Amino acid sequence: MSTRAAPLPEEGRLRSLVDFYSTQMRTSVVEQLQYRAANYFYMLGMVAEPVIYLVVWSTIARQHGGAVNGITAGQFAAYYIVWTLVRNMNIVFGAPFWEWRIREGRLAGDLLRPLNILHYDMAYFAGWKFVVVALWLPIAVGLSAVFHPDLHPTALQIAVFIVAIWGAYFVRSMFQATIGMLNFWTTRGAAVFDLYMATEMLLSGRLVPLQLMPGWVQTLANFLPFKSTFGFPIESLVGHLSARSLLLGLGAQVMWIAIGYVLFTFAWRAAIKHFSAVGA
Amino acid sequence: MNTIRVGWLYFKIGVLNELQYRVNFFVQLFQSLIQVGTGLVMLSLVYSHTTELNGWKESDLLTLLGVQILLGGFIHTFIQPNMELLMQDVQQGTLDYALTKPEDSQVLISVRAVRIWQVVEIISGLVLLFVGLAGVDSSVGWPEALTFAFALGIGAVLVYCFWLILTTGAFWVVRMEHVLELFEGIYQTGRWPVGVYPGWLRYSVTFLVPVAFAVTVPAEALTSRLHWGTLAVAVGFAAVLFAFTRWFWRFGLRHYSGASA
Repeated sequence: MSTRAAPLPEEGRLRSLVDFYSTQMRTSVVEQLQYRAANYFYMLGMVAEPVIYLVVWSTIARQHGGAVNGITAGQFAAYYIVWTLVRNMNIVFGAPFWEWRIREGRLAGDLLRPLNILHYDMAYFAGWKFVVVALWLPIAVGLSAVFHPDLHPTALQIAVFIVAIWGAYFVRSMFQATIGMLNFWTTRGAAVFDLYMATEMLLSGRLVPLQLMPGWVQTLANFLPFKSTFGFPIESLVGHLSARSLLLGLGAQVMWIAIGYVLFTFAWRAAIKHFSAVGA
Repeated sequence: MNTIRVGWLYFKIGVLNELQYRVNFFVQLFQSLIQVGTGLVMLSLVYSHTTELNGWKESDLLTLLGVQILLGGFIHTFIQPNMELLMQDVQQGTLDYALTKPEDSQVLISVRAVRIWQVVEIISGLVLLFVGLAGVDSSVGWPEALTFAFALGIGAVLVYCFWLILTTGAFWVVRMEHVLELFEGIYQTGRWPVGVYPGWLRYSVTFLVPVAFAVTVPAEALTSRLHWGTLAVAVGFAAVLFAFTRWFWRFGLRHYSGASA
């Protein structure tokens, strides 16, 4: 006589994932709120970068009768101030952190947890975003008071922007995590990460609005994921994109998230076969 | 004298340690190439839309970029590794090992670490500097070169003081690792002549964070823009800041109770 135990009641997969994300996000909010000073150091250092670009380009704009390639000082200000928010949003668990995680032997412990490791990183950083954006608001007010941005978004633009900054977060998470897999094979990935960051710098709209780049660079940027992480979210709020281009931009983000996810999955499977824990 | 001997000893040990990791030289070389490359792209972008920026021509700015990367290399080789080690020691409670040694504590914590491969950055900065100078209108003779070296030395002292003041903050705010990003971010302002920045920012990067003194002043010496008055102010400021740093370090130490005490 055999009895089959009834399966334990279990929440739906999606439902438990949502639960997991909201809990993990709340945890990171509470945790990060303790480190306000540390967060501010980080943000102030980060703000220096766009302020430099902004000052340089608005100086040039003023020297040339008010505009460079049709972009005025006020529009540069809008571009680079929105840049600061987008940058805060697209900071992710980057490739160098994977090196730390593997080198310090933390991955072995992380692997024992029930969900794929990517979920933990994504949820934690997503929660952190709420803290970062709250801390960012005074910085934005300050920058606006100093640089007088020329910003008049429509309701549609604002809506698209809010989606697009999360799109940027996911696109960048996927690609950074994929590059991070390199750490399973080498401990000297730093050079490759730098190359990736430099490419991103030039082709994403991080360094300058892509309109200032030569035509071939702009074309190239359209075929690569980088624009989805800086240029598109910023332009969606400060530019004059048509409703069609806004939707196309969001579509491109979805596509890059999907491609990034597939790449990550392949890289992860190969990497994890290769992995033997530190100390094992 | 003893200070120099201790510094030299630590330097030798640090170099020997680093020389074990030879591949790092190539990694560093590659990273420096990328850094120089992006700097050059930005310069050429700017100068494709204008012929001069606040009176600085492209070759002048190339010189400035060279100085910024050169000094950055010096910071990454000698200053930053020590400050990182100090922060880590405070966080993990291992600073006591340094404090209980008989040598002056500020000297010790300033010479313990060296990342010798970052010297590649110093070299790439020098190369840019010479390329930039080749295009500068005014000729560079011995007086300019010596003033440059002197101003750069003053700049190094200023940056060291600033870094140590920040790091000493670790005695109160334990989690300081983001200070690195803060400094790196602000140091990037040095790539452009300080004159382009609006007043409040210009004063901040001159006196609050002495990047302007450290980078712009030496570059001005090479491109015949330097007034003696500026150099004198830089020297005076360095002396005052150094004295303050010394006092602040001791003040911080008095407040530090160690990990187990």
